[in-house]
Amino acid sequence: MASALINVPAKAKRGDIIEIKTLMSHIMETGYRHTATGEVVPRDIITSFACRYNGTEIFRADLFAAIAANPFITFFTTATASGKFEFEWIGDNGFSETASASITVE
Amino acid sequence: MQHKDSTRRQFLGLAGGAAVLGAVPIVTVRPSEATPAELASAIRTITNGAQVRTGKVKLDVPPLVENGNTVPLTVNVASPMAPEDHVRSIHIFNEKNPQPNIGNFHLGPHSGRAQVSTRIRLADSQKIVAIARLSDGSFWSASVDVVVTLAACTDEVI
Repeated sequence: MASALINVPAKAKRGDIIEIKTLMSHIMETGYRHTATGEVVPRDIITSFACRYNGTEIFRADLFAAIAANPFITFFTTATASGKFEFEWIGDNGFSETASASITVE
Repeated sequence: MQHKDSTRRQFLGLAGGAAVLGAVPIVTVRPSEATPAELASAIRTITNGAQVRTGKVKLDVPPLVENGNTVPLTVNVASPMAPEDHVRSIHIFNEKNPQPNIGNFHLGPHSGRAQVSTRIRLADSQKIVAIARLSDGSFWSASVDVVVTLAACTDEVI
């Protein structure tokens, strides 16, 4: 069961630079580990993360096996208008999760 | 006083020695790791052979890491983040994990501040490199050497 934690300020002044923090629960299995019988544990990671602000993509990340489990990513954006942030994580084995947060810009 | 001082010094010396001894097996048992050549080639795929200058980028990683499974990392690039002069992307690489790439982060002038944070895995004590691609096509980098005492379990039997 995947779940996301998002931290976006509820309110901001127009033009403010705001910090967005995201965390998605995911095992991020590297594909470099072995079982006791010597078989490789298949890779299962999130490969891509994107954030859209009122429909426009404002941030995108390509992730690799070297990202720790439960990928935590923070970044910044300029508050331009009230609306919605949409977050999307895509990964191996058809993993796809979304989350959203709204902001009021004064 | 003299005596107390020297005991403390001896203790620190022993502790330091133990840390070094403890680190040796971790270094020697890694079977698969990216080589400096792979690091260089991973960087080349991003830069396309363009010159990478040192500066502008600030890479914030603890110099001594106890647990390589989750290492906080922040990259900050000195940039006005204006439409005519901004950071287009930030790329993070490592030297000795099985794979040289850690992550690519794509920004724009709307980002306001060219800074990203995440948590990474480190399979060994090694060098981390952050490269920023600016809107004018130039590349800037910073690198940090990190000492890892407990490596991320890349080849651990589970």
